[in-house]
Amino acid sequence: MSSQDIPEENLPAEQGAPHGAVRVADEKNPFADPGLPPHEHRIQDIDERAAKRSERAVALLFTVSMLATIGFIASYVTIPNDKSIYVFPIGHVSAMNFALGLTLGVALFCIGAGAVHWARTLMSDAEIADERHPIEASPEVRTKVHADFKQGAKESAIGRRPLIRNTMLGALTLVPLSGLFLLRDLGTLPGTSLRHTMWAKGKRLVNMNTNQPLRPEDVAVGSLTFAKPDGLEETNEDFQTEIAKAALMIVRLQPDNIKDKRELEWSHQGIVAYSKICTHVGCPISLYEQQTHHVLCPCHQSTFDLSDGARVIFGPAGHALPQLRIGVDSEGYLQALGDFEEPVGPAFWERG
Amino acid sequence: MSTTASNTTRSRGKEPAGEKLADWVDGRLGIYSLAKANMRKIFPDHWSFMLGEVCLYSFLIIILTGVYLTLFFHPSMNEVVYHGSYVPLQGQLMSEAFNSTLHISFEVRGGLLIRQIHHWAALVFLAGMFVHMMRVFFTGAFRKPREINWMFGFLLFVLGMFTGFTGYSLPDDLLSGTGVRFMEGAILSVPIIGTYLSFFLFGGEFPGHDFVARFYSIHILLLPGIMLGLVVGHLILVFYHKHTQFAGPGKTNNNVVGMPLLPVYMAKAGGFFFLVFGVIAAIAAVAQINPIWAIGPYRPDQVSTGAQPDWYMGFSEGLIRTMPGWEINFWGHTLVLGVFVPLVIFPLVLVAIAIYPFLEAWVTGDRREHHILDRPRNAPTRTAFGAAWIAWYFVLLVGGGNDLWATHFHLSINAITWFVRVSFFVVPVLVFVVTKRICLGLQRRDKDKVLHGRESGIIKRLPHGEFIEVHEPLSQEQLYTLTAHHQYEPLELGPTVDENGVERKISGTKKLRAKLSGAFYGEESQIPKPTVEEYKEITSGHGHH
Repeated sequence: MSSQDIPEENLPAEQGAPHGAVRVADEKNPFADPGLPPHEHRIQDIDERAAKRSERAVALLFTVSMLATIGFIASYVTIPNDKSIYVFPIGHVSAMNFALGLTLGVALFCIGAGAVHWARTLMSDAEIADERHPIEASPEVRTKVHADFKQGAKESAIGRRPLIRNTMLGALTLVPLSGLFLLRDLGTLPGTSLRHTMWAKGKRLVNMNTNQPLRPEDVAVGSLTFAKPDGLEETNEDFQTEIAKAALMIVRLQPDNIKDKRELEWSHQGIVAYSKICTHVGCPISLYEQQTHHVLCPCHQSTFDLSDGARVIFGPAGHALPQLRIGVDSEGYLQALGDFEEPVGPAFWERG
Repeated sequence: MSTTASNTTRSRGKEPAGEKLADWVDGRLGIYSLAKANMRKIFPDHWSFMLGEVCLYSFLIIILTGVYLTLFFHPSMNEVVYHGSYVPLQGQLMSEAFNSTLHISFEVRGGLLIRQIHHWAALVFLAGMFVHMMRVFFTGAFRKPREINWMFGFLLFVLGMFTGFTGYSLPDDLLSGTGVRFMEGAILSVPIIGTYLSFFLFGGEFPGHDFVARFYSIHILLLPGIMLGLVVGHLILVFYHKHTQFAGPGKTNNNVVGMPLLPVYMAKAGGFFFLVFGVIAAIAAVAQINPIWAIGPYRPDQVSTGAQPDWYMGFSEGLIRTMPGWEINFWGHTLVLGVFVPLVIFPLVLVAIAIYPFLEAWVTGDRREHHILDRPRNAPTRTAFGAAWIAWYFVLLVGGGNDLWATHFHLSINAITWFVRVSFFVVPVLVFVVTKRICLGLQRRDKDKVLHGRESGIIKRLPHGEFIEVHEPLSQEQLYTLTAHHQYEPLELGPTVDENGVERKISGTKKLRAKLSGAFYGEESQIPKPTVEEYKEITSGHGHH
């Protein structure tokens, strides 16, 4: 409802301040700052019994805190560390963690609650106004500082003797170079190490789970098998670094379903071996959809079509998964026919 | 000589011991002049002023619990066989880092609690900084003289993110290791020097044997050391500038109205530390966080589904997940745009909010000190910009959890990814426009309230049968509060020709500034606040207009 509809007698000024709310003191400028409102007393300020109640509440909170600390120590001493209890609705949790956490929480919270309640109900709540002073210095101070600085600069003669200034700047510029050089041994240089893996001609494919060399008949249609190169054991010094490049996934496809010509050439009886490391940022790919032969990286959802050269069909990866050329050795075990022909894992500047 | 000495030094004897001690310290450190300025320092009261306190206290909690954790944690990647009390992992190979984290969680009594408090406090710290930063942004508390403190706070937020990242990577578990691998992949994408950076950071090929020890030194010494310095500087500046306050009766740009540090804020702020600590301890008691034993030790060829970073890294995750996988190959080199572009946008998202205060100062050309906070509605362009930025950030968070959105809401992951790609550009613009309209609507309502009073909800029937709603006029306090804000005039470029009729040359930056000023403070961007004349005309009783 706008003012146009209000008859004259109902306009604000005519209402004679129904609840005494209108207190427009300044006739000239009703928007002027009326100054700090008068302090309003709390019940605790005027009623000593209410103040006593507050005092008892604060003391109670502090006492609860003391009891909780005793509870903390008792829990620490008495509860076995491996005991688990059922707490609704969280489920089974460590009894020790639950008891220590809650008692510590209560002990701390009650100190805080007591202090805040004390401040809010018993300490003075009269608002005080403090002056502010400008942050910037007065013009006199400013002039003085500038003059002092000029005097100092003049006495140093830095402007008059450029030779000193320039050599000093030169020395200060060069000296951090030592620090830079000291960082050189943080790591080896990349060289071509990102281009090579442990795979080589004649390396058998070993099942990651059973640690046995794989035969073609071990790889069933529709299953996803993870493999590592023969000779790479978990106990090896460089296992993590080697497996980060050499991890392999093997699937068996119907040879007629393989759309990519090179993929078919590099496979063995429809068994194809691809790098398990995603070409996006290097997560291991672990999800396989049997019907479509798609594999998916669970980190950023890059999806590759294993029946079509592992090309990217969705997600942020930039190029296909590298394929490992495989065959069968004289004893009938699957073997690599060489290393990967392109670097595995995420792309980098020198990859090309 | 002896008489002068006894005259100038304080008399000894009857004062209480506390005073004597204070005198002793004052004689050496000069604490009395410090106390004179600060002991009864006035702090204004508003619920939003405690957000910064939440950050400070969670930071202290992180330091306290972090020191405890260092007593038990072994930052080493040597492989050991697990023989601890967690049966499912017994006999498994793992790094010493992971092993010692299991030890903290299962054998050290209360170790799990401290670990969980440490991690929860880190999440609260980052969330607190985010919200505190938004409070400062939307109320314009970043204006002169507080721009440098804004930058301190911003740096704390950014460093906090990296301290968090290096921290949760330390246990060397499968989830965090995957996050480190992601970081390595992102570093590799940097043109020319990417592989070198990666090899220098990891001491060679990923993962190598060094990163846990290196992250440890970054996490417990380098970054927190810088942060501690920034926190101290941040607080000194808060004291030095004195706290901002909202407009209200008696509150001016030249004073600060509130209650004194001693005793009220000593009790309130000191108590609040215990409240924050208590709540975080209780959370750590009931809410499990980062159960690394269920995740297992890191192996570069293994991963679990639903892998997520801590929340504050989620927006970078969103960038990397939704960027199309562009790669350009030329002359034997690869430009990995699909990863490098997100890596560049990541800091730009943050910088966008950090530099806004300087942009606003340049547009207004206002050199005055500002100690009275703006209500967000009274700075519609700023508020709209901030809201658009938050929307941008949250769009990326959605992108970072696209797999979770897909599984929880049965949506297509492709659809979500495309939604995020489009929203990245569209949503901030939409939010900007909508927020600005809302602000202008609220300004109009304030104007209406000032001129016509508050809607009382009382319906009155007049003798001739008409129903009207009684409007209650506002008190002078309310009138002042609603009209105290300053409204900028848009910058005028002036006539294009000077008094001699010669065309004036106006520089490009000046034109841009005038254009921005028009967008910030033009007719479309603010509702002129009611004037005393308007008010008097309406309240004079002859106000039929």
